[in-house]
Amino acid sequence: MTSQSSATESSRSLPALGRMIRRPEMGSFVGMLAVFLFFWVAAGGLFVSSAGFSSWLNIAAEIGIVALPIGLLMIAGELDLSIGAIIPASSLTLATISGYFGMPEAVGILAALGMGLLVGFINGWLVLRTGLPSLIVTIGMMFVVMGLTLGFSVMLTGSTSATIEPSELSQMLLGQFVGGMFQVTIFWWLGAIVVFFYILHVSRIGNWIFALGGDRIAARNAGIPTEKLTISLFMMSSFAAAFVGISQAMVYQSAQVAGGQAFIFNSIMCVVIGGVLLTGGFGSVVGVVFGTITFAMVNQGIYFTDFDPNLGSIIIGALLLLAVIMNDSFRKMALNYTTKKNS
Amino acid sequence: MTTPVLELRNVNKSFGPIDVLHDISLKVHAGEVLCLLGDNGAGKSTLIKTLAGVHKQTSGQILMDGEELMFERPKDAADRGISTVHQFGGTFPLMSIGRSFFVGVEPVIKWGPFSFFDRKTANETAVKAVREFGITRIDDGDRLIGGLSGGERQALAIARAVHFGARVLILDEPTAALGVKEAAHVLRIVFEARKRGLAIIFITHQVMHAMTVGDHFAVLIRGALAADFRKGEKTREEITDLMAGGEAMAELESEIESYAQSDSETSSAAQ
Repeated sequence: MTSQSSATESSRSLPALGRMIRRPEMGSFVGMLAVFLFFWVAAGGLFVSSAGFSSWLNIAAEIGIVALPIGLLMIAGELDLSIGAIIPASSLTLATISGYFGMPEAVGILAALGMGLLVGFINGWLVLRTGLPSLIVTIGMMFVVMGLTLGFSVMLTGSTSATIEPSELSQMLLGQFVGGMFQVTIFWWLGAIVVFFYILHVSRIGNWIFALGGDRIAARNAGIPTEKLTISLFMMSSFAAAFVGISQAMVYQSAQVAGGQAFIFNSIMCVVIGGVLLTGGFGSVVGVVFGTITFAMVNQGIYFTDFDPNLGSIIIGALLLLAVIMNDSFRKMALNYTTKKNS
Repeated sequence: MTTPVLELRNVNKSFGPIDVLHDISLKVHAGEVLCLLGDNGAGKSTLIKTLAGVHKQTSGQILMDGEELMFERPKDAADRGISTVHQFGGTFPLMSIGRSFFVGVEPVIKWGPFSFFDRKTANETAVKAVREFGITRIDDGDRLIGGLSGGERQALAIARAVHFGARVLILDEPTAALGVKEAAHVLRIVFEARKRGLAIIFITHQVMHAMTVGDHFAVLIRGALAADFRKGEKTREEITDLMAGGEAMAELESEIESYAQSDSETSSAAQ
């Protein structure tokens, strides 16, 4: 009993700061702050006006909805590149069914989401069944979905694009600009943050995801349903991608076969800048959110400055490398963290 | 005599045409340490994987408390209280002590349809369990496994197995990667687990460590049981020779010695 109380005492007396800088999202928070201050100084007041905020928040929300489940997947030690094809496939599914064929919107939305879930299921199943790296499996899947989208689109509508006139309800829920500039997607993103925070950090499933990324075999031996979990994670990411596809169709009121490829690397970039370990087993939802905001601020902030917009890519590239280096050192600190000096 | 906790009767295991284990018969009693000795490739790993339910024996019986068992998967063995601790202890270096302690059996607080991982209980239980094994340096369940020393990780893994009701503890080379002091800590923990009445199978090729904790020894050579004896029946040299496959070890040692001598002669000649 005495040893018990002394244990809690010593951990309580620990300086809160030391504990905080060792959190996994600390590196990405510092990066986000630095980028924000940089653009504030470089771009001036416009960047911190509501127009400035909306410009990067709109971008962050769209990528963020995909980056969250991708973050979970990467913590579990997997990747998903097929999202780049699922987003336009979902847009076009909705626009073809509800726009071109004029069926009810609900049918188009359900079909698009169902398509996403199906692709995710196949991704997960193939990864488990073949034992191949998910990088390869999902690249293959990306091309398959891309080909199918193009093929079906040309076959059914004779065109590589389709238009849709959103109903008032879906316009309000998915395509609206709040205050004329903030996309309603931002609120969906906030909701997604809460859901994924619950899954990863609050529920016991989060523990399974970390264990899965740490050591798949040991996790299975510990009784974790690793196969179900892997398939569910792939389904989550492709579902999120399908959702973004639907929201894009509602916002732009049209859908094209191409487009969406940028999401592949952008989402991975957000996740890595957010402190998720590329090899799995480490990361946090808050970190991914910080990473997404950082990415979006660089992406948009450059237009508020007098710099050549091409500089934005250079900054993002440098930021990515810096983030990986910084995360590495923060992780080392986390590993070395002890409450007492080692004798 | 009491019924052994775990008994193997004429167990054979082959992978296709390759026989890995021949006719292994062994017994482990509660509160006893069985040391399984053998050189690399002798079949130690296959034997413990068979016990842990990873492999199924080709023929022969595995009995627990005198009752025959058939393990289909690792979980079956774990459910019966057979727990394996591997060389590096914690397998999740980037997870906290509390979280990794409860992987797969997380304590939760229910609130309506939601359930919350109970971090406080997890951390306190894990820290208490490992402190009971004498590792007092661990006092914060939020620390990451990767930040612990090799001995501490072993201690944590053993404490975890005991906490979840293990009756048979399989320790796979727990001291192989450790320094002298750390290894001594682990051996002390093995004693502690034995005192609590666990049946322990201690796999090693370090004869000194085996002789410190073992009550009963079994030597595996090329998949067969080459010797089975109790504490004090054989000397260190005899065991080493047995492990190396007979009398060859003494010859090898004298050969090494002659090399060392000729080497020192040539170097002194050069000077």
